[in-house]
Amino acid sequence: MARRQKSKRQQQLEALIMAPIDWLEERSGLVGALKYFLFRKVPAETNWFHTLGSATLTAFLVQLVTGVILAMYYKPSPEEAYGSIQKITNDLTLGWLVRGMHRWGASVFIILLFLHMGRVFLFGAYKYPRELNWLIGVILLTLALAEGLTGYLLPWDQTAYWATVVAININANAPIVGPFLGDFLRGGAEIGEETLARFYSLHMLVIPGGLIGLITLHLYLVIRLGVTEPPWTRAAAGYEFVEDGRGPARKGLVEPRPRGNGSLGTPTQEEAEA
Amino acid sequence: VADELERPGGEPVEHEAEPHFPSPTIWPFAFAAGVALLLVGLIINWILAAIGAVLVLVFGFLWIREATSEVRRPPAAAPVPPAASELAGAEEEEEPERYPRSVFLEMSTLGVGALIGGIVTLPALGFMVAPAFVGQEHDEVDLGPLANFPKDQFVITTFNSKKDEGSVGRRTAFIRNNGVKNDLPSFTIISNRCAHLGCPTQPQGLPGKGKQVKASSGTVTITPVASVSGFQCPCHGGAYDDEGNRTAGPPVRALDRYEFLIREGNLVLGKPYSVGKVIGQAADAKIEAYRIADPGQHVDGPEKVLYPPKFWIP
Repeated sequence: MARRQKSKRQQQLEALIMAPIDWLEERSGLVGALKYFLFRKVPAETNWFHTLGSATLTAFLVQLVTGVILAMYYKPSPEEAYGSIQKITNDLTLGWLVRGMHRWGASVFIILLFLHMGRVFLFGAYKYPRELNWLIGVILLTLALAEGLTGYLLPWDQTAYWATVVAININANAPIVGPFLGDFLRGGAEIGEETLARFYSLHMLVIPGGLIGLITLHLYLVIRLGVTEPPWTRAAAGYEFVEDGRGPARKGLVEPRPRGNGSLGTPTQEEAEA
Repeated sequence: VADELERPGGEPVEHEAEPHFPSPTIWPFAFAAGVALLLVGLIINWILAAIGAVLVLVFGFLWIREATSEVRRPPAAAPVPPAASELAGAEEEEEPERYPRSVFLEMSTLGVGALIGGIVTLPALGFMVAPAFVGQEHDEVDLGPLANFPKDQFVITTFNSKKDEGSVGRRTAFIRNNGVKNDLPSFTIISNRCAHLGCPTQPQGLPGKGKQVKASSGTVTITPVASVSGFQCPCHGGAYDDEGNRTAGPPVRALDRYEFLIREGNLVLGKPYSVGKVIGQAADAKIEAYRIADPGQHVDGPEKVLYPPKFWIP
């Protein structure tokens, strides 16, 4: 059966679409990188638990977008903070929705982080060669909790105030560094306008910057090292043998490691000897 | 024409076997810095100019000494005769350069980069950290006439500790007028800040009707409390007796207190201080006072080594 010849109009249309993409690809290689990311190989028996990482990322992006919008209306000063939150919630169009997304999304983000961490732990996905990604994940979790702590003060109501009093005093109880840490976090001896301003800065700029950088690194390592199979698969249980001339190893029992050409897998005979 | 054509080929003039460069040196940079300092100093400050002049002289001398070192060196350090070196082989014959030009450039680039980075970063870091520690003076707070503080009875006193920060500066102290001892007025002024994690403690007693007093520090609310048996914290159950000594729960020391003074018939709060424990009662109390510490920080006992005193508080 002969393939139908594309009409000239269709060819022109394709050229029109492809031209800018090709232009970008030729100069940056970004299109190829995106294709590599989207169409990379994953184990056959991935399941819904593997989506927890993407879900966490999505929750973070929601926090990022809603947070930036909230920052357009929020005023980080002791006199105005509480009033501006009331205005966002009650007066501004859809303000209640965006603030609600940010407020509840914060909890969703933390919950998903823990679920994702649990998945990684129970699947054994923290083992060689992915230990570094686990460590990065732990730092990400800490930063996310720090986001929760600093964001909690910003509504500047009684809950915010006393929760922060206790939280900072817990920090101030750290041995040796405690007295310094307490005053540094408060911006002085007592909670006041400096505390609010620096928590706002940490919440808005410092910690999100760290999160974005580490998430990038986290994803890079996920792509480089690949996705682990669930522990109940035949491959993970060692029932399947590695083919492709790499020696008679049981697949799930052989640790994948980067080969000379940069791809993952068990080493071939020559590579092992070398 | 022939001469010009041959030169790129690597056959330079006969009497100069290899191109001659002065040995690498750092002194010109330091010399230039000295000149710059001298010029800036002429405008700003004679002392800077003097330092710049000294640098110019010192580093100029070092530069000249180094630049002329080859000329001044005795000719004994002549190259090994070719006959002897033929045995050693071609590669071993060439001594490795002490400071290859590339290494020098690399190091100086890194060094200058680090210097610029440091100059930019350090003041910013200092600005981030220092203001939290510098200038932590505590404002005096006027609490109004002494007549509002009945003898031998606790009153809950709520006041503004910082005038410009609105409600955030509101603090509460439990004040008891102990009368006069040795011709000096005595007050027990206990901060309501729990010594565990800083929650507000409450007096255990019968609160009466509060009243508002206008003072120079703003409005002061004074509420008398009858038969106070101690203080309790709602957060984690810390409990204190009526001198602020811990009786139960997680606090690590007694409740903080305030210094006070009396000015023109008004009670004025001074700076707060921390208390290890109080022995005795009311006007006869012996107070183990320490520099103010955050809640939860030990001021006495062996654990105090874990919490260096806040030396930056005046």
